[in-house]
Amino acid sequence: MEYLSIFFQYAGQYLKTRLTYRADMVVEIFSDFLFQAVNLVFILVVFGHTTLLAGWSKDEMIFIYGFFLVPFAIFSSFFNIWDFTDRYIVKGEMDRILTRPVHSLFQIVLERMELESLFGAVTGLIVMFYAGGKLGLELSWYDPLIFLLFVIGGALVYAGIFISLATIGFWSDSRTDIMPMMYNIGNYGRYPVDIYNKIIKYVLTWILPFAFVGVYPASYFLEREEWYTYAFLTPVVGLVFFTIAVTLWNVGVTKYRGAGN
Amino acid sequence: MGKYIEMIRIRFLMMLAYRTNYYSGILIYSINIGAYYFLWSAIYGGKENIQGLSITQMTTYIAVAWMARAFYFNNIDREIAMEIKEGKVAIEMVRPYPYLNMKMMQGLGEGIFRLLFFSVPGMVIVALVFPVELSANAGTWIYFFISIGFSFIINTQINLLAGIATFFLFNNDGLIRAKRVVIDLFSGLILPLSFYPMWAQDIMSYLPFQGISYIPSMIFTEGFKGSQVFEALINQALWSVILIIPVYVLWILAKRQLVVQGG
Repeated sequence: MEYLSIFFQYAGQYLKTRLTYRADMVVEIFSDFLFQAVNLVFILVVFGHTTLLAGWSKDEMIFIYGFFLVPFAIFSSFFNIWDFTDRYIVKGEMDRILTRPVHSLFQIVLERMELESLFGAVTGLIVMFYAGGKLGLELSWYDPLIFLLFVIGGALVYAGIFISLATIGFWSDSRTDIMPMMYNIGNYGRYPVDIYNKIIKYVLTWILPFAFVGVYPASYFLEREEWYTYAFLTPVVGLVFFTIAVTLWNVGVTKYRGAGN
Repeated sequence: MGKYIEMIRIRFLMMLAYRTNYYSGILIYSINIGAYYFLWSAIYGGKENIQGLSITQMTTYIAVAWMARAFYFNNIDREIAMEIKEGKVAIEMVRPYPYLNMKMMQGLGEGIFRLLFFSVPGMVIVALVFPVELSANAGTWIYFFISIGFSFIINTQINLLAGIATFFLFNNDGLIRAKRVVIDLFSGLILPLSFYPMWAQDIMSYLPFQGISYIPSMIFTEGFKGSQVFEALINQALWSVILIIPVYVLWILAKRQLVVQGG
């Protein structure tokens, strides 16, 4: 309960700081929207030259992309942890965090949130409803619940991977460029995994399970029964990876020595 | 002239000090190229060629588009924005050389560094992993290098415009990001422009963006033949000259507008 109230207080302060530069915020939301549009344009242009991509139609691809946007929006709103080593370890900011009586990871999530990224989820929903309408997909009463479950699962997969990588900072404060690399690998999850070769497919399923953010859960709504097992594994995989990440974090914090001034 | 060469040299040496960062950069670009390679293989399926490009040419196109990006890409728009926000720009403007030229030369130093330490080894690695075809024709290579020279000029001029806009907007991270998206899409980095529908191609042929990535990549893959190559190079040269006008006009207006927020 206490954590919830802290969350809303941080969110309130955050909105105040953002609203100082209103014009810039509008442009930023608009440029986020453009980023999402680029990938849609890519799909649309490509399907001007082909009808099926490894057995997936244009609208199915668009649907997968729309689904991907929702967990990704939640991830990028709350887990801006990619510069953790620079910001908190090297500069010694972690000292300040550790003196406060709230879980350290939770504080960092609060400090680094970027709520405007949540607009991506709106775009994702619009894209999904558009593509779903064209495909004539039926909605059952329990589908929104499953959708919520899968979205949370997907966001946890992303969060788990990135938090685990951030914990490297507790052991070594040298500069690594693993984070941006991971963002790029994450993009592989937006497309059907059957277009990749076996090794990449295996990696995307079990080692860096980005496929659980896009194709796998989306295939449930697309009624692709051959992928149902994977689809329903989404929340499980999310939970497992997130638990591993938090465990690593808790161990890592005990190793923190205060590298800063 | 001497002072500009010195600026290029200093920036080059600065980059050299942090060269280890670039090894992971090569991997990032390879990952990107890989993603598009698999995607395009699936798109081609059994097809021999789409819009006059074979799958090998397409793979080469993607590889060279990303590697050329390492040369023309720079963050001088962000640097200018930062210097304006921190108030450093006031000091820079007092110095005995034009601020914009200095920024361009620093960008060039960075570009030359990345070309030698990033694009060349990167291209070797990519050529080993993916079926990329390098031309044996010396002419193609010469035209390609002239072409990426123009790419650098056009891209840098657009970056200068975005950077100078900070004088009017004070905080323009959003604009800089939007500019990057527009360039990714309209320059032909992720998709050759010939894949777009006709109406879109017509619009893009009146914009400077195709000179950034599409033209050099098409020259390299030999997708352009004979007179097409020269027309493309002339197009790039024209834009390089035309874009000087808005840069200078905006710069003159900006100097009047200058508000030093700190310093």
